[in-house]
Amino acid sequence: MPDVSFTVDGKKLTAPAGTLLIEACKTAGIEIPAFCYYPGLSLQAACRMCVVRQEKVPKLQTACTTPVAEGQVFFTDTPEIVQARKATLQLLLGNHPLDCPVCDAGGECELQDMTFKYGAADSFYAEPKNHREEQKWSPVVYFDRPRCILCYRCVRMCGEGMDVFALGVENRGSSAVIAPNVPAGLAPDHLNHVDCEQCGMCIDACPVGALTSGTYRYKTRPWEMNHVATVCTHCGDGCKTTLGVRSTTDGAEIVRGDNRDRSGINDDFLCNKGRYAFDFANHADRIQQPLVRKAGKLEPVSWEEAFTHIGKKFRELRDAKGGDSFGVIGGNRLTNEEAYLLQKFARTVIGTNNIDHHRTADHVTFAQALIGHKDRTASLRDTKTAKSILIFGGDPTNQSPATAWNLRTNIRNNGAKLFVVNTEEIKLRRQAKAFVRLAPFGYGAMAAFLNGDDASGPSAVSNVEALAGFRDTLKATEGLLILIGSELRGSELKALIEFGLTLPGAKFALLSDYVNSKGAADMGLLPDMLPGYTPVGSEIFAEYKAPAQAGLGLLEIFDAAAAGSLSALYIVGSNPVLRYGVEPASLKNTFVVVQDLFMTETAVLADVVLPAANLYEKGGSVTNHYGDLQLVKKAGDRAGVRTDFEMIVRIADKMDAHIPTLIPFGKGLRADMGQTRGAQSGEADRHAVWLTAQNLEPRLSPFDPFAILDEIQRLVPGYDILRLQLLSGNDQHLEPAASQPLVQIGARRDLVLPSGDTLFTSGTLGHYSDMLIDLQQNSRREQLPILDQTAAD
Amino acid sequence: MPTLVSHPDEVKVLSRRFGQGAANIDKYLELDGYKAVQQAIAEGPAWIIDTMKASGLRGRGGAGFPTGLKWSFVPKNDKAKYVLVNGDESEPGTCKDHVIFREDPHAVIEGTMIAGLAIGSKLGFIYLRGEYRYLLKIVEKAVAEAYERGFLGKNIFGTGVDFDIITQTGAGAYEVGEESALMESLEGKRGVPRIKPPFPAVVGLYGGPTVINNAETIASAPHILLMGGPAYAALGSERNGGTRLFGISGHVERPGVYELPMGYNLKKAIYEVAGGVKGGKKLKAVVPGGSSCPVLLPDELDVGLDFDQMGKAGTMLGSGGIVVLDETVSIVEFALRVISFYQHESCGWCIPCREGTDWIKKTLTRVYEGGGQKKDVANVQYLAENMMGRTFCPLGDAAAMPTLGFVKKFRQEFEDYIDGKKAGTPIITEQLHVGAH
Repeated sequence: MPDVSFTVDGKKLTAPAGTLLIEACKTAGIEIPAFCYYPGLSLQAACRMCVVRQEKVPKLQTACTTPVAEGQVFFTDTPEIVQARKATLQLLLGNHPLDCPVCDAGGECELQDMTFKYGAADSFYAEPKNHREEQKWSPVVYFDRPRCILCYRCVRMCGEGMDVFALGVENRGSSAVIAPNVPAGLAPDHLNHVDCEQCGMCIDACPVGALTSGTYRYKTRPWEMNHVATVCTHCGDGCKTTLGVRSTTDGAEIVRGDNRDRSGINDDFLCNKGRYAFDFANHADRIQQPLVRKAGKLEPVSWEEAFTHIGKKFRELRDAKGGDSFGVIGGNRLTNEEAYLLQKFARTVIGTNNIDHHRTADHVTFAQALIGHKDRTASLRDTKTAKSILIFGGDPTNQSPATAWNLRTNIRNNGAKLFVVNTEEIKLRRQAKAFVRLAPFGYGAMAAFLNGDDASGPSAVSNVEALAGFRDTLKATEGLLILIGSELRGSELKALIEFGLTLPGAKFALLSDYVNSKGAADMGLLPDMLPGYTPVGSEIFAEYKAPAQAGLGLLEIFDAAAAGSLSALYIVGSNPVLRYGVEPASLKNTFVVVQDLFMTETAVLADVVLPAANLYEKGGSVTNHYGDLQLVKKAGDRAGVRTDFEMIVRIADKMDAHIPTLIPFGKGLRADMGQTRGAQSGEADRHAVWLTAQNLEPRLSPFDPFAILDEIQRLVPGYDILRLQLLSGNDQHLEPAASQPLVQIGARRDLVLPSGDTLFTSGTLGHYSDMLIDLQQNSRREQLPILDQTAAD
Repeated sequence: MPTLVSHPDEVKVLSRRFGQGAANIDKYLELDGYKAVQQAIAEGPAWIIDTMKASGLRGRGGAGFPTGLKWSFVPKNDKAKYVLVNGDESEPGTCKDHVIFREDPHAVIEGTMIAGLAIGSKLGFIYLRGEYRYLLKIVEKAVAEAYERGFLGKNIFGTGVDFDIITQTGAGAYEVGEESALMESLEGKRGVPRIKPPFPAVVGLYGGPTVINNAETIASAPHILLMGGPAYAALGSERNGGTRLFGISGHVERPGVYELPMGYNLKKAIYEVAGGVKGGKKLKAVVPGGSSCPVLLPDELDVGLDFDQMGKAGTMLGSGGIVVLDETVSIVEFALRVISFYQHESCGWCIPCREGTDWIKKTLTRVYEGGGQKKDVANVQYLAENMMGRTFCPLGDAAAMPTLGFVKKFRQEFEDYIDGKKAGTPIITEQLHVGAH
């Protein structure tokens, strides 16, 4: 649209023709108040707060429905308009219960803010306010009906935004009330039939305190919390969640998760996990003391004793049986810095490539297939703007809710075209232009068919003729965004990417399960890959002086344990015993050290258990499954736990490792020594040289994750980070992949095991979220007792 | 069922078949029925629209928008277009459309066909208010007769033109008299109005260009085509062509629906046509065009009944429902009765209407029941003034305008009422001063 010029309050503004006045004004810094207007959702013009005066138009106009055109003249702040807004507020306040002192939204309420601005404090009414009983819609959503100002944001959010349509309007006039779409005669929380996702977006959208969260309501006042914007630990989308944290006697308590500043990669969106499933952090089963097995029993010990014990055992076993008798397993919820440090520790301190993690998707093949192709990996942000999207496997609605939200938004507001290929009838097919329902395990055949193998068509789907048409459509699509489910791996994944690479401008993303699943692979928690999918033995990591042979994979590590050849196993933030069904007896001859939050199925078998901080209790960075890097901020402390980062450093120290080599920290230590050494031997301290070139100071503490981030940025292909972006809380898209062909690993067992989490599960961590468990049970309810009568209203 | 009335001053155009059994298609045909539509088919859309423009016919629903002009706004594209007959006659004091449906349903059908021909539509809808369900039988029978004769359906009158009509009733909401709310209702949704623009002529029912007209407007079309635009226009006053049905009710000797030329004097309509105030009582006030129109005082009645003259007199021609109030009427009670209607019918979509009607009703209820305070009159006026022009659709204005009229023109009566000087026996309730915030 061409730009047009118009005047607002005497200021000349320009905006693309057709821009809504309210948006044009926002861009120009002119605030026009509105309750019902919500960017991206359909227009209501119901609250009448955004009224403005347009020259030559007899009535006041609503800025939310007025598209700007050339030469228009508007006034947004005249006495007439101020009076109109004030009167509207007076009308609202007439029935609004002024229970602000106990209202969850007190201090964060748009109605309060507007009243503050327009001063509608006087009242003319002598009659009682309308009252209705509060309703519980779910364990996490409560509706305080009298507080509702009927802006319909929740109705639209649920219907248009979520494609759930759980909410509607009942009655009319002053009796009108938002009501859940439950069958007649059932309690208002009987929302199963509409597949309510419990996302809580209705709460976020509510401008007042009518919708409140079951986890937060009546717990605290907003100004009594610290608000920490960090990254949700659950699924692979890596949304920004703002945690409301209060101090307690043993550290901090997270009392709320929400999307307060909407500044993250997820923009408006946050799902139920980001919003409610932080409660594992406060779970009573958190381990808060190191435990060492003594006479067959895990006994609490001091940190010093635990570290000394581990250091001594690790050192002895390494020296006696060799580094390759060790296995190291990392986790999907570690920060990049921790994952990187863990593999560096394994490779340089222990001296083994026997390192792996629970792989939730085949990121290795993904990286391998895209070597040599620039700008082919998609960012989460691309899902909001791509003109055409192909979902091949996976179920974003359940597994990556922010992805699903973006797709719906993109389709609704930009007319993007969605194609879905799946063995299941996933919900996003409802928005799809075309849906190909594959036979079970049909992905490989479908990928082959797309690549031109017409014979494969029939084994993927019955109507082959339509399938050929579908292939033609995809081939004619430019800039296709291909979202690949974690069901695809190895040759199937490769074949699909090969097909996609023939399409001009196609981009890819491989969806996996947890916040740093991709980061774990990127950081080289792999037996055959160094960070950045660099083959072991590569020159890039020469300074590691690590073994050049690939190590044991996760299953091989447990095989080795069962065979009695694994002397030690170091597990950091992972529960392989449950996930892979490891036989507990197989670990009886192995010295097992586990760092975790809880006494998981793995931890109970350990010789030493170290209580770990979770993602909300530490700093660092994570990489979502799109390859978007984001900063993790520490929300609060917890007594008795330490970060995995610190524990790795402490163990390395107790093993007499040279810490400045493991963690490049300290002015005058390594940096200075390097210069001296470089001057003498001709071998420059590359890190110090790099730091100088980057204008960075050496880190002063070996526990500073940024010391390792410096090294990641220096060494890991693809992690050429823009610091300013990262530090200012923005996401940035990375494409890690070594520029050379990677070592092909043949005949190894398939190590990829998608966790198959749903909206209400989150791996082992989810077992410790009471809220997720509640929501699971809530979603399984079959039938509720029919009430004698619906609530009186 | 009210009986038909008549008066020598009437000019019977639209009502000329009333009382003659024209609901029967044979009688209708005998009385020049379905001639206009056949002529319309022969002459084509441009002729229809030109004739309608020349007739000076203005929308009889109350807004008075020129009908020919409205029809000419429909874009000439390939989209499916619709004609929608607004028979959601719900404005208190208005009872004209129901006489048309009862006495001359074929005129509505024929008018719908003419409008359809004018805009290139093949489908019309006749939407009756929910409370008119008893008229639906009559209309449906008429539609069935038209189908039987081949006047509706495929190849009507053997001309190769197709046209269908579907009938539908509402579910009892005044709000769906508003054109876009009616479309929502017809589409099976909640009856709330739509954001305009786009206007129905461009995006209307089911997203197609739609002409929506009041039933009386539509029923006038066949007569206009038969008599010619200029001849019809000449019946009325300047810029207000033709005649219109006025429903005169309240305290008059001969209440009923009369067809009078546009511009006919209001005072004459009350005192001569309707026979004056019942029982020789004194006239107190007149609501001239349905309950949403500001009230007129006895000395304000010397005014012509057309859109422009009524506008100049500070009120509206509205839907032609003239309600006459004699000296026995308590304006406080009447104002409460009027606002109660709008409070009950407000759809609740926008804040000023939803909350404004409710608070005015609550306040007037308390005043009426004897708990009024002096400031209440000012408060009611403040509420009404702050609803005016600020609501999503005209319902808010329809509630605010008469309220303003009452409190401005009868302020003294409100104040006297509150002081207890008048007003029979106010009922004191227990709830009076509870819950103020």
